[in-house]
Amino acid sequence: MNYVMIGNSTAAVGCIEGIRSIDPKGTITMISEEPYPAYSRPLISYLLQGKTTEEKMKARPAEFYEKNGVTLLCGKRAAQVDFGRKAVVLEDGEQIYYDRLFIATGARPFVPPMEGLERVKQKFTFMKLDDAKALEAALTPNSRVLIIGAGLIGLKCAEGISGRAGSITVVDLADRVLPSILDPKGSDMVRRHVESNGIRFLLGDSAAEFQPNRARLKSGRTVDFDLLVLAVGVRPNTELAAQAGCKVGRGIVIDEHSATSVPEIYAAGDCCECRDITTGQNRVLAILPNAYLQGETAGVNMAGGEKSFANAVPMNAIGFFGLHVLTAGSYDGKELVETKAGVYRKLVVRDNLLKGFILVGEIARAGIYTSLIRERTPLDTVDFELLKQKPQLMAFSARSRAVKLGGAK
Amino acid sequence: MKRVYVNEEWCLGCHLCEYNCAFAATGETDMAKALQGVEIHPKVQIEGDGRISFAVSCRHCDDPICMKSCIAGAISKRDGVVHVDKDKCVGCYTCVLVCPYGAVLPAPDGHAIRKCELCTDNACGEPACVKGCPNGAIVFEER
Repeated sequence: MNYVMIGNSTAAVGCIEGIRSIDPKGTITMISEEPYPAYSRPLISYLLQGKTTEEKMKARPAEFYEKNGVTLLCGKRAAQVDFGRKAVVLEDGEQIYYDRLFIATGARPFVPPMEGLERVKQKFTFMKLDDAKALEAALTPNSRVLIIGAGLIGLKCAEGISGRAGSITVVDLADRVLPSILDPKGSDMVRRHVESNGIRFLLGDSAAEFQPNRARLKSGRTVDFDLLVLAVGVRPNTELAAQAGCKVGRGIVIDEHSATSVPEIYAAGDCCECRDITTGQNRVLAILPNAYLQGETAGVNMAGGEKSFANAVPMNAIGFFGLHVLTAGSYDGKELVETKAGVYRKLVVRDNLLKGFILVGEIARAGIYTSLIRERTPLDTVDFELLKQKPQLMAFSARSRAVKLGGAK
Repeated sequence: MKRVYVNEEWCLGCHLCEYNCAFAATGETDMAKALQGVEIHPKVQIEGDGRISFAVSCRHCDDPICMKSCIAGAISKRDGVVHVDKDKCVGCYTCVLVCPYGAVLPAPDGHAIRKCELCTDNACGEPACVKGCPNGAIVFEER
């Protein structure tokens, strides 16, 4: 069997491990634009903070590719998939034939058209290792940094360079930070904490026009800056898959086997959309665990095994300046809220199921909640009064605990 | 493989396993000296309500969701033991978010996690929680 993979990040690592769990022999060829072995992209802010190193960011030990018999074609770009002839055509014209193709092309920063943006010399995005290196190279202790976007990427960037810049200002069109994962209350708590660490927010506002070192906002306010970071959002890289004939919505559409609509082509990770079991809707779940699990599922199925990943949910574990935020699922339902000093907890219940939660400041054992969401555990089969207080296995039946902790079948 | 299993009908809720766990991690020889006046951060936790109690620690899953979800590639399996490389861990707590047992815990310094590694990460040799359990409420065996 001849496996060809496009894209060398977390989904690909999962795919390689999935293939090799079934097929120790088939040839694996990896086409990768980035000149690095797979590394963790979410760690780039930790790299700027000095909490990790380039070496430690590697997803797997150095011998990973050799040990798994993967031929790495680094710095190469796939230009086209010829699914009739089952070949990937590289930009340099080389053709690579596949029996099974894996597309994990990830996502790219979305930069909306903004007037005068071309006049800004020192502008950056913040997704890849090279983005972080470029930002770090330009950053001085006096740099006034303007970040457009108060989402996960923008805020992690702000934390990453905090203490290494003269000033950091974050602008977002939304009226709150982390709008994709937090409700107004949780968001407010995170914003105040981040502000107390010297980051300035201008929310409910957006850049109307750029001069080389000055942004004029819609409100009329101006912000002078030396470095501009664009963290408005990301878009899945779906072009190659679309051209190969795969069904594409917001992302490449994959099923629970990580198969695309085209036979023998699989896909995984940030370039895909899949079903969120808490809403039943298809959406892009651009999170690292999802990328790994989809990739591994693809690998097993590509190699002729049988694996299904059918309980994807949105979830995020993120922290800023020591304040931890864990969220999962969706927030449409009955809300159970608890607030106390430094803590915000919200559980969302609908149809006898836990659908989602937000935990800020008090996050211990949150996985027990996540598991209730993913397993779709009917809440009338557990002691939900206990679970409202805190996540605990005491809320399950003795029989269920015998399985979980006692090895009972 | 051998794992720590719970016989909850025998658990007295005495919390000795927590102290033995914390003590094993210190590498000291005198428990009183090592733990006196110290806030302990064990990797096994007693849950209970006075009637029922039981110890919870890492299950060393065959298919560890924490390992597959780790954003830092810091969790791996070594001879069946789910192991965390504290040097690679950045303390994002994705593992805390996904562990269905609530058995992966933030480390006291907030910069990494702590979890049971069956005392392969200290000089104890076999799980200290089990060795010190007075009532056989946790055992280390194949099941």
